[in-house]
Amino acid sequence: MEITSAVQLLELCTAKDKSIPQIVAEYEAFRSMTSTQAVREQMAATLRVMREAVHGGIADTGEYAHLAKDYGQKVYQAQAAGRLFGGPLLNTVILYALSVAQYNASLGRIVACPTAGSCGVVPGAVLPIAEELGLDDEEVIDALLVMAGIGIVSASQGPISGAEGGCQAECGVASAMAAGAVAYLGGASNETVFTAASLALQSMLGLVCDPIASLVEVPCVTRNATAAVNAITAANMALAGIPAVVPYDEVVVAMKGIGRAMPESLRETSIGGLAGTPTGKGIYKEMRARYRLDG
Amino acid sequence: MPQIGVFDVVGPIMVGPSSSHTAGAVRLGFAARKILGEEVRSAEIGLHGSFAATYWGHRTDVAILAGLLGMAMDDSRIPAAKELAAQAGLRYAFQVVDLGDVHPNSVLMRVQGDSRAVEVKGASIGGGRISIYEIDRFPVSIDGTYSVLLARYTDQPGIVADITRILASFGINIAFMDVSRKMRGSEALLVAETDDPIANDVLDLVESLQKGITARVLPSF
Repeated sequence: MEITSAVQLLELCTAKDKSIPQIVAEYEAFRSMTSTQAVREQMAATLRVMREAVHGGIADTGEYAHLAKDYGQKVYQAQAAGRLFGGPLLNTVILYALSVAQYNASLGRIVACPTAGSCGVVPGAVLPIAEELGLDDEEVIDALLVMAGIGIVSASQGPISGAEGGCQAECGVASAMAAGAVAYLGGASNETVFTAASLALQSMLGLVCDPIASLVEVPCVTRNATAAVNAITAANMALAGIPAVVPYDEVVVAMKGIGRAMPESLRETSIGGLAGTPTGKGIYKEMRARYRLDG
Repeated sequence: MPQIGVFDVVGPIMVGPSSSHTAGAVRLGFAARKILGEEVRSAEIGLHGSFAATYWGHRTDVAILAGLLGMAMDDSRIPAAKELAAQAGLRYAFQVVDLGDVHPNSVLMRVQGDSRAVEVKGASIGGGRISIYEIDRFPVSIDGTYSVLLARYTDQPGIVADITRILASFGINIAFMDVSRKMRGSEALLVAETDDPIANDVLDLVESLQKGITARVLPSF
């Protein structure tokens, strides 16, 4: 049993007359010589850590972070005071994604998904929808297996690190994974799940990795929120029947090509982009002076 | 191409912010502690390349200390590692070093316990994965996937056969094995990566083979 592309995953679903989460769980049980029940249990543990990171991140004051402090708290309070546009769901997505990404910057425990730098996107998009729908954990685990299936086909055909492909390979792929899971929860067909993933990644193509001062903070934390909202937008468009036009596998290959065409200064080196602005360079200089090796 | 798994893209569960500069660094420190085989009392840590450049932002120093204290990469006590090291009486010093033409995320760890010391070189190679590539100047290749038997002895005919026979008598299958020595009849190192966990009884038997021989187990982690 092999899953290396969306086409292959969809063919397996059709051939075996099974859902995407069923096939992904069977695939993982096969390759790691365990049972589908054990795979689901490990995913349940993953879900628990995601939820803890949401709550940990909202409460976190950013003690260990350098730049991204209190972002979750700010959104939480502004939302509670009714100062934000867009209704409770949208702002909960922003809140969760920001909080988890900030928790990562603040030495909190997170699930890399697919990377630590993009860890807020999937919990940010999927958990608020699951809460709104009042789903039990088994249903959320199904959605996370769909999300993992999209991650597997992405990593099989393209980069999932900022150093290789820029932020499109981290927050972009995370957004595609989240979009497919959200579409699945919205009752999408197997094909429409990948339409959502495709639309999400299409809107993230070309995004560079340009973190200030080599930290995973600015713009990483806020980009997690943007990528989570992008996932909801893509899922809604797919659920409404808007076509992807370009299939997901081809978008991943395009993403890989764009990554190769990106200069190294825009691939996690903290040289170009926002890192290379006068402000970015100023922050880096200040940080270097402040932190010296201690014993 | 190796098949990518569910928990390769959804995971690892780790303390942030960086899988290679934080999570992998915890595992490197953990490996050094296990190779030492007792509590670490003092540590001199040399950070090379990308580790040296970004350690302060990604808390690579805190992460390595957490590993030396025996923590795993998802341990929520990691942020407090410096305080916990002070409480545990672990003395440490960090410095920037140039280890030459090695992986950019490399570290040199000289660690000392109550009864012995060891020098370990390793690298964090991405996604929390690591490679220990030198122990006391012997080249090795250990990534934490397997249980590892490390035996230090004086080069002598038949000793390798004796050690593997002991493993065989416990039904332990050897997946990979490296034997190296400084020169004929001098100090030597055997590294056996096994499919099965290695019991302490194995160590006692190996240590009875020769005067001065030492054996340690690095469990998979």
